[in-house]
Amino acid sequence: MSRPKHTEYKIPQHINDYPTGPQYEAGFLPEKNAGWRTFKPVVNHDECIYCLRCYLLCPDGTIMKDNGKIKIDMDYCKGCGVCAHECPKDAIEMVKE
Amino acid sequence: MKTNKIFISGDEAVAQGVKLSRPHVVAAYPITPQTITVERLSEMVEAGEMDAEYMHVESEHSAISATMGASAVGARTFTASSSQGLLYMAEGLHYCSGGRWPVVMMNANRSVALPWSIYGDQRDSLSLLDSGWIQVYVEDAQEALDMIIQAYKIAEHKDVLTPMMVNLDGFILTHTYELVEIPDQEMVDQFLPPFETPNKMSFENPKNLGFSSRPDDNTEFKYQQNEAMFNAIDVIRKTDEDFTEMFGRKYHGMVEEYMCEDADVVLVALGSVCGTVRVVVDKLRAEGKKVGLLKIRYMRPFPVEEVKDLAKRVKAMGVIDKDISFGYEGTVYTNVNSAISQIDKYVYKSNFVGGLGGRDITKAEIEDMYNKLYAGLENKSEETVEFFSLNVEGND
Amino acid sequence: MTKVLDIPKVNAKNMTEKEFFYGHKACAGCGGSIAVRLALKVLGERTYSALPAGCMSAVGFIYPQMAFNSNAIITTFPGSASMAAGIAAGAKALGQKDFKTVVFAGDGGTADIGFQALSGMIDRNDDVLYICYDNEAYMNTGIQKSGLTPYGTKTTTTPAGKNIPGTITHKKNLFEIIAAHDIAYAATASIGYPQDFINKVNKAKHVKGATFIHVYASCPTGWGTPTETSVEIAKDAVDAGLIFLAEYEDGEYKLNRNPKEFKSVEEYLKKQGRFKHMSDADIQCVIENRDKKWERMRKNWL
Repeated sequence: MSRPKHTEYKIPQHINDYPTGPQYEAGFLPEKNAGWRTFKPVVNHDECIYCLRCYLLCPDGTIMKDNGKIKIDMDYCKGCGVCAHECPKDAIEMVKE
Repeated sequence: MKTNKIFISGDEAVAQGVKLSRPHVVAAYPITPQTITVERLSEMVEAGEMDAEYMHVESEHSAISATMGASAVGARTFTASSSQGLLYMAEGLHYCSGGRWPVVMMNANRSVALPWSIYGDQRDSLSLLDSGWIQVYVEDAQEALDMIIQAYKIAEHKDVLTPMMVNLDGFILTHTYELVEIPDQEMVDQFLPPFETPNKMSFENPKNLGFSSRPDDNTEFKYQQNEAMFNAIDVIRKTDEDFTEMFGRKYHGMVEEYMCEDADVVLVALGSVCGTVRVVVDKLRAEGKKVGLLKIRYMRPFPVEEVKDLAKRVKAMGVIDKDISFGYEGTVYTNVNSAISQIDKYVYKSNFVGGLGGRDITKAEIEDMYNKLYAGLENKSEETVEFFSLNVEGND
Repeated sequence: MTKVLDIPKVNAKNMTEKEFFYGHKACAGCGGSIAVRLALKVLGERTYSALPAGCMSAVGFIYPQMAFNSNAIITTFPGSASMAAGIAAGAKALGQKDFKTVVFAGDGGTADIGFQALSGMIDRNDDVLYICYDNEAYMNTGIQKSGLTPYGTKTTTTPAGKNIPGTITHKKNLFEIIAAHDIAYAATASIGYPQDFINKVNKAKHVKGATFIHVYASCPTGWGTPTETSVEIAKDAVDAGLIFLAEYEDGEYKLNRNPKEFKSVEEYLKKQGRFKHMSDADIQCVIENRDKKWERMRKNWL
């Protein structure tokens, strides 16, 4: 798995449900970031030349390679627009949610 | 049993204890009167007697940060400091206990500037009682060595996972030479197994450590830390018993009572001054006075049960403090007094503050304390707090 | 030291698809998170990350949301270099091999409060890569001036008014201060030139001992720039000559990029809320300082 996935967190009921001190499983994600978005990126695959500049520059790492196409993990995209702004082919459009 | 006694200083005894405990990483910054310990350790590493990474850190803050880092990957660690250095570490002390990293540290108790003084009192470590470290105070070089070994076993216990500070009075212990029995390495290895912890980063089980917690969870982490400190009490007692069984030397766990069985008047003290008090107790006992000594070994966790138990049996208790919490009283006294207040009985109490910045505490002064306790008891006085060794007239 | 010529190149096409900094709470368009994310993809799975107090630790470790998908730890603010050094020493003493320890610290955590520990780490040549993501102020605490805040910047502790035009000191010369330790490898970079940054991280990964990368990383919140322009503005800074791309290796400085002409400083500054108040004279001061620096670099580093 290339990315950690959203995971259910069980709210502790007993003190022993907490880890011993501040230490926890790496990549444990009970919260999504999708709610931050005002605009969402929409990819025009006909225009996309798969240069991977968006993949490289996404601050949240939400753009992934999917059989020669790019795909965006909308659970964690914050809608910053860097991908659209940096796309050399203007193949990504920011659309109001 | 074959004995192996050598004539060494308290600082050197600590170094011997550290070597026997086989730490992976030693990180320390020099400060008088701790320096002999770290010099000896570096020599041991150089000579190949000790298989550890010796880190020449550029400050005490980095000493504690580096040991925490090493502990966070599961390494056994040691650092040492004193006075200003310990205070410079202060952020790291809280950080380390909160992180539940069982770092072991030697602190050479030394006065705190200003005015500058390289000599001993206990204001450095006592001002950090709330930093979440187990604090033990030793009386001689042998106890220093033995407590380093015990410290790893206590701190690394799965129910404790809390760092531990072994305190030695600066110069009086650090620089005084005594005959010290060096335990056998094989027996130490048997007593102290390798360090295991769930609280570490590893490539098999990657973790994020030292995170932040929201108000929803922060109290729970602090509750847990407090529980761990209370768990340490049983672990301390058990470790001391196991130690006695294996090595023959007995330290009596949280406190040591000396001539307290039938005592009416006792003094409470920490560290090296206990040796002088014992001599005075012997003298007064020979004169027929029912006096005793309570040597507090652990200031954290605090021996509440032991203090209460003794308070129920005696009539007057005096506390010697090589420390002052300005605007109130000695910190040891505050702690002892809080325990005494939990029993339903009148005990005459007095706090004797002195021995600051390296000033000797004499037998005559200690005898005078016992006399004052007798007098206070007779007059049914309220408690008193006094600086007992002013060289000049003080204010009334 | 491994000779860097044989190191396999890393780029967007062949880098691991694994993400190691994911689901974090950094502001949208955060440049610092681009730097951390790319560096971790180059360094790979067997990495220990150490982060002092600062944006990247604040947004990455809010229990129970753990955004580092590999081993990571928050350090004391002044002690990131020493804690990382302790990690490297501890792991080595435990017999671990083929791993890297990396620090991600901000400009304040590096040039100010963490500087002593960093200097000690380089002096001891601890096996740690120290990456300073420079967004030119204490952003996490609300945009206060640091030792790397440039001349003219308006921050919440260097307000621009009638009497003082914002920050009145120039950026500390961090790169050369680090190089002066005779470090095995040091470099400057910008997220505006991501492949150059990746190459430098990759190079440092293969050097045993202390290494340092100073990466310019935009902050839309603190700089007053639109979130989508984070990479562009970090590129503009390089193109205007205010940030330079260089390396220090085997005792030699190397200027990686030497443009014939600089892009407009004024345009770069006026795109950002933090510089909007600057007068022509202040802008001139920035340009003069830039030119002096480039004259020296061109003379000595080419």
